[in-house]
Amino acid sequence: MSTQKDRWVSSFSFLLFCASSIPTWGSARLLQELSPQEYFSSLQAGRASLAYFSHNVSPGAQPFLEQIENSAEALQDYGISVVKVICPKEDVSRYCGKENALRKAYLFRGNMLIREFPTDALFDVNSIVANVLFALLFNEVKYVETLADLQNIENTLKGRLNMVFAYVPATGTAEHRAVMEAAFVYGTVHQFVLTTEAALLKDTGYPDMSSARLLFCHCQRATDLAQPCRRTAMGQALTMLNIHRHLKLMGAPLVTEVAEDPEKVSTVHLQLGLPLVFILSQKETYEADRRTAEFVAWQLLGKAGVALLSRYLLSGVLGFLLFVVFLSSGVPIKYLVLEDTDEVITLVEDKSKVKQIQEEEEEEEEDEDEKENNNQGCMPKQIGVLAALIQICAVISKAANKTVNFSTIFFFILFLHYLFSTPGTQGVLLSRVNCWDWPGVCTEENVTQFPTIKIYEKGERSVMYNGMWGTDELTSFIMLSRVPCPLKLATVEEAEGYLRGEFPSELSSYHHTSLLGVFSTATSEVSPPALLLARSGGQSVEGITLSKQNAQDMVQMIRYELLDIFPEITVQNLPRYLQLRKPFLILFSDDDIGQIESKEMLKLAKGRPQQEFVACWLNLKKTPVGRGVLKAYFATMPSLPVLVWVNFHAGGQVFKFPSEQSITELNILSWLEKLKAGLEVPSSKWTRVCNVPKHTLLAPVCL
Amino acid sequence: MAPVVCGMLLGLTLYAGHLCAVFAADFLYHDYCVIGAGPSGLQAAYFLQRAGRDYVIFERSHTPGSFFALYPRHRKLISINKRYTGKSNSEFNLRHDWNSLLSHDRRLLFQRYSRDFFPDADAMVRYLEDFASLLKLRVQYNTAIVHVMLEKDRQAWNGHYFLLTDQDRQNYKCSSLLVATGTWVPNVVNFPGSEYVEGYETVSINPEDFAGQTVLILGRGNSAFETAENILGVTNFIHMVSRSRVRLSWATHYVGDLRAINNGLLDTYQLKSLDGLLEGDLEDLAIVKDKKGKLHITLRFYLENRNTSGGIDSITLPQDELDNFATRAPYDRVIRCLGWKFDFSIYNRSLRMMPGKGNKKKYPQIKPSYESRGTRGLFVIGTASHSVDFRKSAGGFIHGFRYTTRAVHRLLENRHHGVPWPSTVYPITQLTNSIIKRVNEASGLYQMFSVLADIILLRENATAFEYLEEYPVGVLAELEMQTGRKAPSGLFVIIMEYGRNFSGADKDVFYYNRAVGEAQHAWQSNFLHPVIYFYKQLPTEREMRLQHPDWPLPHPDAIHHIVEDFLTDWTAPNAHILPLRRFLENCLSTDLRNFFAESCFLFAFTHQKLPPFCRQGYMRLQGLVGSEGLRRHAAEAGLLEDYTLSDFLGDRTPDNHKGSQDRLLRDHVIPVRPLQHLVYAKDEL
Repeated sequence: MSTQKDRWVSSFSFLLFCASSIPTWGSARLLQELSPQEYFSSLQAGRASLAYFSHNVSPGAQPFLEQIENSAEALQDYGISVVKVICPKEDVSRYCGKENALRKAYLFRGNMLIREFPTDALFDVNSIVANVLFALLFNEVKYVETLADLQNIENTLKGRLNMVFAYVPATGTAEHRAVMEAAFVYGTVHQFVLTTEAALLKDTGYPDMSSARLLFCHCQRATDLAQPCRRTAMGQALTMLNIHRHLKLMGAPLVTEVAEDPEKVSTVHLQLGLPLVFILSQKETYEADRRTAEFVAWQLLGKAGVALLSRYLLSGVLGFLLFVVFLSSGVPIKYLVLEDTDEVITLVEDKSKVKQIQEEEEEEEEDEDEKENNNQGCMPKQIGVLAALIQICAVISKAANKTVNFSTIFFFILFLHYLFSTPGTQGVLLSRVNCWDWPGVCTEENVTQFPTIKIYEKGERSVMYNGMWGTDELTSFIMLSRVPCPLKLATVEEAEGYLRGEFPSELSSYHHTSLLGVFSTATSEVSPPALLLARSGGQSVEGITLSKQNAQDMVQMIRYELLDIFPEITVQNLPRYLQLRKPFLILFSDDDIGQIESKEMLKLAKGRPQQEFVACWLNLKKTPVGRGVLKAYFATMPSLPVLVWVNFHAGGQVFKFPSEQSITELNILSWLEKLKAGLEVPSSKWTRVCNVPKHTLLAPVCL
Repeated sequence: MAPVVCGMLLGLTLYAGHLCAVFAADFLYHDYCVIGAGPSGLQAAYFLQRAGRDYVIFERSHTPGSFFALYPRHRKLISINKRYTGKSNSEFNLRHDWNSLLSHDRRLLFQRYSRDFFPDADAMVRYLEDFASLLKLRVQYNTAIVHVMLEKDRQAWNGHYFLLTDQDRQNYKCSSLLVATGTWVPNVVNFPGSEYVEGYETVSINPEDFAGQTVLILGRGNSAFETAENILGVTNFIHMVSRSRVRLSWATHYVGDLRAINNGLLDTYQLKSLDGLLEGDLEDLAIVKDKKGKLHITLRFYLENRNTSGGIDSITLPQDELDNFATRAPYDRVIRCLGWKFDFSIYNRSLRMMPGKGNKKKYPQIKPSYESRGTRGLFVIGTASHSVDFRKSAGGFIHGFRYTTRAVHRLLENRHHGVPWPSTVYPITQLTNSIIKRVNEASGLYQMFSVLADIILLRENATAFEYLEEYPVGVLAELEMQTGRKAPSGLFVIIMEYGRNFSGADKDVFYYNRAVGEAQHAWQSNFLHPVIYFYKQLPTEREMRLQHPDWPLPHPDAIHHIVEDFLTDWTAPNAHILPLRRFLENCLSTDLRNFFAESCFLFAFTHQKLPPFCRQGYMRLQGLVGSEGLRRHAAEAGLLEDYTLSDFLGDRTPDNHKGSQDRLLRDHVIPVRPLQHLVYAKDEL
């Protein structure tokens, strides 16, 4: 190896002195045939030519001549002409005279001899192009033999230029040619370094020495002089096209920042048919996201591009999920939502896996019923409130079906993603996080109960939902969370609209109670500070004067104010009335209660301002479980309607209003008097404590 | 101020070295000093750094993890690097990752450093370097601590300071000392002729050097078998001798015993391929070298009786009397692979660092809290702390001590900084869930079985509980003092155990019916499974002392085994969760079932005391109302009675629903009650 190199190195400074002026002999043939005089006079400064001197007939050189003729076209691309110089018989000059010289080819730049090649070094087109370019690019392509040489070059480049380090098992090969051709194009941009020393490759950490390798060394961004430059190996075979591609990829920015629709983005990677990985970024986490993106980009360098997608600049793009891989080049766009940088890297590195994952997902979707296709791991879609609720209920019902014990659904937590995109196009994005798979997420979100619903607003605050798990209650929660709380009203008109339930418009179609704080004497109805309370329907506005109350007392008071005088008891509202800790006078009815009963009961309820009981009714059609209550109280089902006095807090006594009496205020009052006097006999009494039944299925205590 | 400045300058310039000499009498002070930047030292530093403590690690080498730069000599680690489990739960995956240290940084997972199931030791060195540098741990390299002594001071955290001296006579002063030096001193046996023995540390690892030789290996651990494995193919034969029988890790369930990956020699021995294993006390051994340089095995007894003037020929060899003496063939080489022990030499006598007893003499004596028995404030972590669970659990290995180191850190945080042991408070309704979640994912419980346990502290009236993870059960009696948490109303201890008589050096662990499958036989489970101990009161020191040696904990008020599972997946509703819930209910005398809002509604009208789920959920307006579809579903499943269908004309007998109930709970006898809705709602959720 070293002798070869010596030969190249020691023969570079030969001067040519013989020149005459014969015009260039143009020819359609790429391989020109000229006489020595013609040839030397045709040489132009700076232009390279490869010449072969011949006495016209030299049979041994014939195969070589063929090769040189074949390579003429390739060399012409690099501005190198190929000339066959016919030596006159009597010529004994330097190139024609010696038999020895006739076995060589000569490379000139201008009239300066750059190098002489023995014909056996030029055995085919590849070797001719490789060797010729190698000689011409002496300064651009450094040849190294030892690790020390390589390190020296690397050190001088740090902070200045990137280095392309190529290993080829031998010179004159196709790979060598590819490297030289690349060097011809990129030689001024990057420093090229070539070696044929397998040991050197091994030293740089690439043990496979059987084939040619090309490493791109990122020396330009290297800051630490003690560390070697980062390297990115080219995975493909060394061909001109692959090298070109690789260098193009290395030249591209590490991370592209994108703020537009991902489908409109175009980068070098997509142009080259490589995947582009989008990493979603938020304003608050920009620095960290940028670091993650760079980390991923380094891992994927040469295999995929990485773009940082500023989510906050976009409307309606996916939720909290981290990664979207976006495959391009004719393939339909695929979104894969991945949680982890590792996953992205393995996915891109192993394309076959992409397929596998997609197939699995498809299978899964087939298996699941249609409600469940918003499974964790697959892409959440932007969906409306209604769809969100359907899905929540689907999850609950699936969890609560007979094959699954409810306690196993501790995994489920539901995340409602509430995204305010552009005004007017609001939607709720629903996601489900399986806390079994992502314990870290759940710990961070402070989720200790399962299931849990949290609502997130535009990356700002999150609110834990702590209401009933029912469709109406959730709808109400979502609807109300669409308006800011507290809502600032600018004008009296707005305030009036608000109390009528017409403002803000988002809530106009939804029945709700409005509360308005009054702190100045804008209205004459109440003296500030006060609260105005308008029930849904907006028939009346009540004014409540505020004294020095803390927030908790105020909440308590508002809750109390919201209670009805003669409510219909339902599963949802019972706890509110139980909190009053009073006995219930409850009318069980088959359907809506009759007008007369309703009127009498209302009179009864209103008649006593400081009521010592809750007068209420229950519609068995709407709340069928009421039958269960009646069944528990009375051995047989009483005829309806039936008025019952239930004392929750004092021994659980139940008294039934005599069915022969009609339900009027007076009758009831006199009955209540008798109750108090202890003249009535309870129909039922329940003091039962709901405790664990005795178990037989218990693991033996092995003590 | 001076020591600080000096320390900074020392780091910066050589010139400062002179400056420091001026202050040599002074000490560089740190709250915590860690000796050794191996895996456990770095792990401790990680937690100290995260907590913002003043600490430093002293490392005598120029890189972390220098043990792994040398050992194992044949470079293959036997700690598994499982890259795929099919699960994304990062905590669960640590159960099968034996090499990573604990950190928040996902880049620092060992699977990023090696793709091999049994990785190369160089990968570990690289990993530890990255761990130290990426996390910016404060390691002072090239600092060998040569002497440790105490300085009494009433102001000090522990009544004394630790004074450390390095090789350059620089002194350091610390309030707390964490010893993470591992075991570095090779075990050597002295017998006549032991000078002919080569040590594992230096013996050639090139098999060619053993071609055609006859080799005797002293020792029977993984290093001995690893050495044998390497040269098995080129030697005439290998004999192995040690005092104890070979202990196979798959029989003992102890990862430090001989691992299947190293046991090629067992194959060739049992298949009569010339290699062999022998038992004998190495202390009785003697080696005699003949004129040809061959090594003959004899017994010390013969040597003591010989004629001192004579050469080798005058020595009686065992085969002279017993012509079929096993090791009568001479050996070309004898290799010692007897493991390592803790370096006791640097500690001043006042620290009373004493070797353990019996087979634990290679480790210093420590308490189950990892604090030295001799000196308060000195904690031993990492491999050297293995005396706590030697030959039992994984505390001597990375995948075990990463958790015990965290436990030590938590103890220290409580003791010195008033930061109580981290805990989460849950409502009692989450009790079953919390336990099921932990036993299915927790890696610390799984790796450090029978040593670390989760503790559930019940709040008054059992309405809520506090969950503490991975507490060392050996100091359960000191829980309130060690954690800063109170245990007023009883506690559960969740721990993982193997069956009591299942594992052992000479046990057949493949016998038929080695595993049980039914919940009622759970207590007979043999493979690793969760066990829940219930104590009405915290056990006392005395109870801890008097506990059965085979038991990790003293006698509980109640105990529950979750039946072993082939997939170590304890989420089966009937086999795992239901029996657990019943156990918890019995202990707490409460109902831990979940109910639909409708059932709670019914209870509210008919019962004085509601189950906790209704009390903490429905009554606070948080019940599960669901939707029409859901109610229908529940009714179809027999979980809720569908009152809309009831005609109520005839009085229905309760038996109508008994069938579906029985299907759900086979062995459950349901007393017929007047209020059948209770039964209907039994396991509705």
